[in-house]
Amino acid sequence: MSDQAGVIKPIGENVVLMKDQGGPEGTGAPPSVKPGGIVGFFAAIGVFSVRAISNFGALAIFFFLSFINIFRSKQIHEITSQTYYIGAKSTLIVMLVALFTGMVLGLQLFYTLVKFGSVGALGSAISLSLIRELGPVLTAIMIAARAGSAMAAEIGILRNSEQIDALYAMGVDPIRYLISPRIAASIISFPLLTAFFDLIGILGGYITSVLLLGTNAGTYFYRVQSAIDFVDIRGGFIKALVFGAIVSCICCFQGYYCHMRKDGFGAKSVGLATVSAVVISCVLILVSDYVVTSFLM
Amino acid sequence: METPLIEFRNVTKRFNDRTVLDNINLSIYENQVTTIIGKSGTGKSVLLKHIIGLLKPDEGSILFQGKPVAGMKKSEWEGHRRGIAYLFQNNALFDSMTVFDNVAFPLRQTTRLGKEEIEKRVMKRIEDLELEEAVGKFPSELSGGMQKRVALARALVTDPEIVLFDEPTTGQDPIRKNMILSMIMHYRKKYGFTAIMISHDIPDVFFISDRVIILWEGSVGFEGPYEEALRLKVPMIEEFLRSLDGFEDQLTGLLSREAFKMHYSAMLGSSSMEKTSAALFSVRLNILYEALGAQASVEVLKALGAYTNNYFNNIGGFSARHSRDEILTIFPRKDLEEAQKLVQDFADELTNGVIDHIRDMVSARSKAGTCFDIYIRAGVMEVSPDDSIEEIIEKGRLHQEIISKYRCDFGGNE
Repeated sequence: MSDQAGVIKPIGENVVLMKDQGGPEGTGAPPSVKPGGIVGFFAAIGVFSVRAISNFGALAIFFFLSFINIFRSKQIHEITSQTYYIGAKSTLIVMLVALFTGMVLGLQLFYTLVKFGSVGALGSAISLSLIRELGPVLTAIMIAARAGSAMAAEIGILRNSEQIDALYAMGVDPIRYLISPRIAASIISFPLLTAFFDLIGILGGYITSVLLLGTNAGTYFYRVQSAIDFVDIRGGFIKALVFGAIVSCICCFQGYYCHMRKDGFGAKSVGLATVSAVVISCVLILVSDYVVTSFLM
Repeated sequence: METPLIEFRNVTKRFNDRTVLDNINLSIYENQVTTIIGKSGTGKSVLLKHIIGLLKPDEGSILFQGKPVAGMKKSEWEGHRRGIAYLFQNNALFDSMTVFDNVAFPLRQTTRLGKEEIEKRVMKRIEDLELEEAVGKFPSELSGGMQKRVALARALVTDPEIVLFDEPTTGQDPIRKNMILSMIMHYRKKYGFTAIMISHDIPDVFFISDRVIILWEGSVGFEGPYEEALRLKVPMIEEFLRSLDGFEDQLTGLLSREAFKMHYSAMLGSSSMEKTSAALFSVRLNILYEALGAQASVEVLKALGAYTNNYFNNIGGFSARHSRDEILTIFPRKDLEEAQKLVQDFADELTNGVIDHIRDMVSARSKAGTCFDIYIRAGVMEVSPDDSIEEIIEKGRLHQEIISKYRCDFGGNE
């Protein structure tokens, strides 16, 4: 192994981020070139592409290292406490959003279906919408906003105050101690919260369509039961698992490397990392939702 | 030739376009205190971070016990790294954990010790650093000085083989600075670790350092004992050391060594050198440390310095500390007999009043019922114009005898 890629590098630092054309901390990447005109345009595309690929690779290594460290010793306590924070403490807000989502779905679908004389299909429409799409997606977005932002900010502050360096200096792998439990907790919490969302959403639909608009309760629940297949539930859970891994990985990654941002330092970098974490998570939730759905169909 | 414990060979480190370490070569030896000094931004912290592996060199190599770190297996390097502790410049305490949890953290995470053993070790360090009242508090509830001591306790709790101190005394008052340095020296003797320290607390840091490395604009300006750095008289380094030293010893209020040297040179240039005497006072700080702990022993030194200053300044004398616990006073225009009389009067005053005050002060800061002895020694001698300060100190050491003491088993002064 050469000095350049020496083993003295901490595990977490094996991930190389591209800050700009110069690369971080003298990684030996080519210096920035700023030609004008058409050459400049293509140079900019090239730089952007190299940076994007590099960051994607870094994210993949980051996730891999975090994932394998979940199974190391002394992780149970941290995973439990993170599951409590990410999962249990998000339950109320997820249930509240689920209730109103179900209620508004009931309302919208009732007035649409009534035009076609298909009010009886209300239960099917609500439950399938929730279990297949809205449940996993909205749950993931809610947790990204609540817990994901906190992950990015907390880890960013740890980074800026050298607490992550202190962990490494004490012989504690920061990825094992900080990141792996959060990813494990997210993978556990997202499907569970999605299940809650689906359940409360269906109850919300019941409140609107049966209690407020007077459709038949028996028909509603019969349609719910007959429309839902195991495949739908499994698909929803697969999405929840994927979203859990994406959200936690993106949020931790943004916080962990906030010190390498070019657009801000110190507290500002933590703020920007938090914003990026939530925005990228939400976008990737929707993108991956399409990808996963297309595989499941 | 002794193999260095850590060696930098042609190490260069750049951050973007800025070269922070430029082809650095240096050696750090086992069981020594090596102090790194240099202007701000010369790469001192960067150098420490290379030792523990938080940063990697862009060029060159770092050798650990003669073996390049880059060529080591991961497990081998991890084995070495586990023996290194790092005291960060800004402490890097875990702000969501209490003081106890912060200190216990490395033991909980990296050892298989039981809960009781961890608690015992943590409390020992907490007591050593006089942090008992802060044990349940969070770092944000503590003063900067206390936070530094918590970080020190955390760094030492695993009994490391190498400790990297990044400005351990910054933000501390003079007593605490000396207390921390005393503790570093004490622990080094007790546990035999190698200390690598960044500090600007001249002269105190040099009293405990075996070697000094002066970083100068990204390169090593000097490497060796402090006295040698002074003897070499490289203008830039001399000016830098003088700027750090100032005019006053912050702990005792005595002159700094540089100011003392200037006074002495001025005196040599005047006619008053016809008859001059000197006295070297000392108190055994190591023995006091063992009996009383860090703070009380430093208080004794501070009190002795303050009394020496007040007493001899009035008669035209000037004094400075020349090691951790030795104070040299020059009596211009006094012959040996007059100087001996002065020291005798000073000793009487120490015995009759001052030492009681020191005893009361120390008793208040040490555990109830602690029995301790305080011996103050002095060596009085005549000074000739050819004598260097070092020669005067040597002579003083030869002539030293006890001039005042407090012994608890005799119930008081003798």
